[in-house]
Amino acid sequence: MESVLELRDLTKHYPTHQAVNCISLCIKPGEFFSLVGPSGCGKTTTLRLIAGFEAPTSGEILLNGNSVTSLPPYRRDVNTVFQSYALFPHLTVVQNVAFGLERRRRESKIEIREKVKRALALVQLSGKESRLPSQISGGERQRVALARSLVLEPQVLLLDEPLSALDPKLRKQMRGELKSLQRRVGIAFLFVTHDQEEALSLSDRMAVMNGGRLEQIGAPRELYQQPKSRFAAEFLGEVNWINGTGVRPEATRISSNSPGDSVSSFTAVVEGSTFLGDCVHVQTRLPDGAQCTAELRRQECPFRTGDPVYVWWHASDELHFPIND
Amino acid sequence: MSRLRIAFLTPTAAVMGLLFFAPLLIVFAYSFLTRGAYGGVMRPWTLEAYDRVFDPLYGHILWRSLWIAAVSTFLCLALGLPLALYIARSASYKTLLLNLVMLPFWTSFLIRTYAWMFLLRDTGLINTALESLHLIRAPFPLLFNSGAVILGLVYGYLPFMVLPLYATLEKLDPSLLDAAADLGASPGISLWRVIIPLSKSGMIAGCLLVFIPCLGAFLTPDLMGGGKTVMIGNLVQNQFTTARDWPFGAAISLWLMVLVLFVTAFLGRKGEELI
Amino acid sequence: MKRFLPEYAAAAYLFLYSPLVVLGIFSFNSSKVAIWRGFTWDWYIRVFQNSALLDATLNSLIIACAATLVSTIIGTLAGYALWKKRSPILTNSLYLSLMTPEIVAGVSLLAFFEWLFRFLHVQLGMHTVILAHVSFCLVYVVIVILARLRTFDSSFEEAALDLGATEWQVFRYVTVPMLLPGIIAAALLCFTVSFDDYVITSLVAGVNSETLPMVIYAMARKGVSPEVNALSVMITVGLGVLILLAGRLEQRSGGKARRP
Repeated sequence: MESVLELRDLTKHYPTHQAVNCISLCIKPGEFFSLVGPSGCGKTTTLRLIAGFEAPTSGEILLNGNSVTSLPPYRRDVNTVFQSYALFPHLTVVQNVAFGLERRRRESKIEIREKVKRALALVQLSGKESRLPSQISGGERQRVALARSLVLEPQVLLLDEPLSALDPKLRKQMRGELKSLQRRVGIAFLFVTHDQEEALSLSDRMAVMNGGRLEQIGAPRELYQQPKSRFAAEFLGEVNWINGTGVRPEATRISSNSPGDSVSSFTAVVEGSTFLGDCVHVQTRLPDGAQCTAELRRQECPFRTGDPVYVWWHASDELHFPIND
Repeated sequence: MSRLRIAFLTPTAAVMGLLFFAPLLIVFAYSFLTRGAYGGVMRPWTLEAYDRVFDPLYGHILWRSLWIAAVSTFLCLALGLPLALYIARSASYKTLLLNLVMLPFWTSFLIRTYAWMFLLRDTGLINTALESLHLIRAPFPLLFNSGAVILGLVYGYLPFMVLPLYATLEKLDPSLLDAAADLGASPGISLWRVIIPLSKSGMIAGCLLVFIPCLGAFLTPDLMGGGKTVMIGNLVQNQFTTARDWPFGAAISLWLMVLVLFVTAFLGRKGEELI
Repeated sequence: MKRFLPEYAAAAYLFLYSPLVVLGIFSFNSSKVAIWRGFTWDWYIRVFQNSALLDATLNSLIIACAATLVSTIIGTLAGYALWKKRSPILTNSLYLSLMTPEIVAGVSLLAFFEWLFRFLHVQLGMHTVILAHVSFCLVYVVIVILARLRTFDSSFEEAALDLGATEWQVFRYVTVPMLLPGIIAAALLCFTVSFDDYVITSLVAGVNSETLPMVIYAMARKGVSPEVNALSVMITVGLGVLILLAGRLEQRSGGKARRP
């Protein structure tokens, strides 16, 4: 399948640092793609380069095979949902959503009204048309921002940490809605976030960024289970490091008796446990001083602090990286 | 540069060029010409006007302007510093208190000068009151002297001093004063050793912002100084109106401008930040 | 020292306001001399019967409105462009014009106009006064607009660009509406500065363009007149209200205020 958005060796230098370093990436039509990484890794700059707010130092941006690298933002068929939403405070909900259509002047007034109505229905905001942004809730503002961009039917929708301004409970709810919305409209989403859980749960494919470079691209499961670098492994979830081998806590087993010779096992002492609601994290310490955490289900945790235990795992759960890492 | 930027900046650049720089250029040219028989200017080109600027006849006007401006600036500083300190240290009404200082500044300068004249005249409120209380027999000459001019200037330009002082003092960490007191400094010492050194930049900006308009003042010496307290501004105005000696007036104006340029350059980036 | 600060500040505010307050009180004095003889509205009524004052007021209003309109429009455009990208030459020019003593600005404009009139067959009048006022009002507009824009979140502009608005459309449909309270504040400030000016105006005014400050100046030189007191009170209150209004508006603009 042809890609809807392609980045070729995209690079952005600032006088003080290199924000984006030679990034190449393809996004397929209708795909939910996440760009994830710690703050300052260059993910937002990448998004701003695609939107056209900044000019790349070198490299190319192609939209449906055509280069848009030198086009101003208003001539690129991509739209952005801003972290702060940037809803125009002097315009009502309807006027905000109609803003892009009115600038474009492709449709008649009646068509614009229809499209706006449909877009607001899509994000379940019918009935709040004449409110000002200051008169609606945070979650509703988020929906207006989505409708305002989606109504233009862009090739790609860029989302810059759109959930970070919401409180945690609402964030989880909006996550689900965002995913189903994307399925319904069929537009490719490029989603930028620092929250690996968000990226893992939403994406068809995702990329981990670090220091302006792409560490790895792939499906969430692939990235989580077969990370190609220590950075990717540790960014996407917790890792126990035992004798240079990485194991995720949920793959780590604990038992009072030796598991036998078929798997590698180590003796350890329980240092404590943390109750997390749906599961329990048991912290143990190995004789060489290394810490190892195992995730157990609530009902299967008979261990107390000071108990001597065996720590083990299946070889297939080990994480392996290229030597140069 | 985008076309939009050019379109947006051109009108202002044109106004600055045509109504600020071009007039100054004309004045510059006129200062090297000879006084016309019925006013205006004529050739030959000469440096005569500049020679006369340093004529002792006018030297005392220049001298008076300088000391009046200096005294006014100092008084503004002495009055403005505690006021700015009070506003910066007050807990809740900072903006209101600052706006109360600025409010009279934005209302009519002429009327504020007139208000003082109403108080200070021979037949003004103060003299009338003192006479009716039989404290004095003849009116006390409160108006039309250097003191009155200084009073008018201080009254007029005090806000120019308070504003930059407030801006620096506001950033001052109040715990510094507590620390000074804790280390045994009396309030006077902490003013002298802590507040003043740390608000130096605001003090310099304030002094220059007051000194320049005081030096070039026209209205205050004209109305409150009477004929006896002539300053540079009055001299310039006089040369362009009644005396009709334009080259001489132009030469004095240019000297004033040189001074302004010097001060503006000295303020430098700080000035730009004010804009 | 700390102890005396409040008393000191009170004295300073008294110094700033007492002359105006005293003038205000005596504008209602029924006697011409500075001794209180009873309350009267006479002087206010006389102001409205004085045709010279009314003509001058009309002139001042026309000049201030025209100068405000022109300065506000071109100053807003310039302030916006300077916010987007600095221009040290223009900024320093504006700053220099702010620092130039009024008398120097006045005589140089006079010399300039007189020189121009050798080539153009026009004379000093309302138009020269308006031009002169634009030249010194402009910098105030730029200062206010730039100050407002400093707190303006540029993501609103990016959002508009992103939604397909050209740079002009961004300015027209997003920035100007959001900046409107600041623009009005700048205009009000401009109006007061223009309405109040005496020094420059008196130099470039022609025979039929006498303004209110020029009449007040002439009357003030002649001696105290309770009529001037009354007029002064009306102007001060009027300008004061405009300034307070401008202050309120300034605080509201900038795009930040309305975002909860």
